[in-house]
Amino acid sequence: MAPTLVVIAFVAGWPLVRTIWFSFTDASLSNMSAAQYTGFENFFFLFKDNTWVNSIKNTLYFASVSVVLETILGLVIALVLNTHIKGRGLLRTAVLIPWAIPTIVSAKMWGWMLHDVYGVINDIFLWVGFIKQPIAWAADPKLAMISVIMVDVWKTTPFMALLLLAGLQLLPQECFEAARVDGIHPIRVFWRVTLPLLKPAIIVAVIFRSLDALRVFDLIYVLTGGSSETMSMSVYARQQLFDFQNVGLGSAASTVLFFMIGLITIIFLFFGGIKGDKIK
Amino acid sequence: MRTLKQKILIYGISIAIIIGCVFPFYWAFVSSIKTGSDLFKVEFFPANPAWSNYLEIFKEQPFGRNIVNSVIVAVGTVSLALFLAVTASYALGRVNFRGRTTLLITILSVSMFPQVAVLSGMFELIRTLGLYNNLLGLILSYMIITLPFTVWIMTTFMKQLPKEIEEAAIIDGANTWQICTKIFLPLLWPALVTTGLLAFIAAWNEFLFALTFTIEEKARTVPVAIALMTGASEYELPWGKIMAASVVVTLPLIMLVLVFQRRIVSGLTAGAVKG
Repeated sequence: MAPTLVVIAFVAGWPLVRTIWFSFTDASLSNMSAAQYTGFENFFFLFKDNTWVNSIKNTLYFASVSVVLETILGLVIALVLNTHIKGRGLLRTAVLIPWAIPTIVSAKMWGWMLHDVYGVINDIFLWVGFIKQPIAWAADPKLAMISVIMVDVWKTTPFMALLLLAGLQLLPQECFEAARVDGIHPIRVFWRVTLPLLKPAIIVAVIFRSLDALRVFDLIYVLTGGSSETMSMSVYARQQLFDFQNVGLGSAASTVLFFMIGLITIIFLFFGGIKGDKIK
Repeated sequence: MRTLKQKILIYGISIAIIIGCVFPFYWAFVSSIKTGSDLFKVEFFPANPAWSNYLEIFKEQPFGRNIVNSVIVAVGTVSLALFLAVTASYALGRVNFRGRTTLLITILSVSMFPQVAVLSGMFELIRTLGLYNNLLGLILSYMIITLPFTVWIMTTFMKQLPKEIEEAAIIDGANTWQICTKIFLPLLWPALVTTGLLAFIAAWNEFLFALTFTIEEKARTVPVAIALMTGASEYELPWGKIMAASVVVTLPLIMLVLVFQRRIVSGLTAGAVKG
């Protein structure tokens, strides 16, 4: 066990401590060791920077909208997967494909499908009659975030569905049998039996996905680049660190994100009613 | 029995889900076998399929090298993570000691770290070790992503094994190392395959560290190579080639999913449902 702990301390603990230290300095990429302590200056600067404040809003907006959509869609898929229909195996395999595709690849694939001139999505939507003229999905500032959320929903709903499916399969079958014997309508069974019983599983899945969504980087970096309309906190931090070589400021941004995620985790655990002994 | 209406509804939703999940990948494949102006026509079955995009990605840029890099990094990450996870899970799942739960929760909480939060510290560490632009640096940094869940899943499996087996081995005079390698390892194979697959996919798909800790085209892994693929001009992305590269990278993953889907699903959910 000792080597594992050493490795974790070495690749997680130490870099985290260094990042937090850098956030209180004027470190630059070319000369990280010459960093001078500057107190909270980086943090003061951050919150005067509109791009940063916007990136916080973007991150929270992205995380909340996509997690809500993924939970609803994931629940629908999980319910379908839980019924005993023919071809269920095929359905499950299909659902695993978006999950297995690298985020970079899914961002590129969708970037191509959402292309303003040659994209297939515009073509299909025009044909169906949803839109009257081609739309520049990822390039239009108003639509860029919607595009990002759409791709994220496609990519990560399967994960949500599998978690919820595992939860569904653990539910006591007696409750459903009793409901069936009493002749209760399936929709009523869903609201009165399935949903309340599944609540703990839903909470766990939502926590997992939210914490993951809050650190979003790959998808936004590839799909919309550094445009400020969709910039997430992670994208902002990396841009400061490596494109602008401002390690101090970038580290400060990373540190804020780290503590924000920590705080949100605590709030979730507190209000989600998940106690320490459940984690065993 | 379900009514006909319900059946139609369920099958309708299922078909919609399958099309939704598979179509983007199908479209990427269709686009990858179109060349020239065909690429800009919306055709669901290309009239003139051509494989030149596939040849070009290997000839015009070191994409073959990028694939080899990705394989090395993914295999290296899996081996190291599994080795460390097995040794740790033995102690965490078998030996009772104070603070065991706290330790497990601490390890698990590392998986919630935003990767960017360790980025500058990790960059400094990797440069100090002289591993910048080196695949070893990537393998090392991927431990932060893979160790928490490999340790977690292995510990869960280790706890499920009956204690009697171990006790019998002790009575027969086996030492700790022998118990680990001769008793547990054979029993843990299924768990090793599951966690190994998840770690492999995580390492194969990782982007932020790979982008940050490499500089040369030759040192890049495939996600970085695809993300940074550029065409003749800055404004004209070579979509045909990008799609070809995407298909090449994704196919092995789809194969893995087809063969091991049960194991993958059980591994994915073991982390969350039991946790």
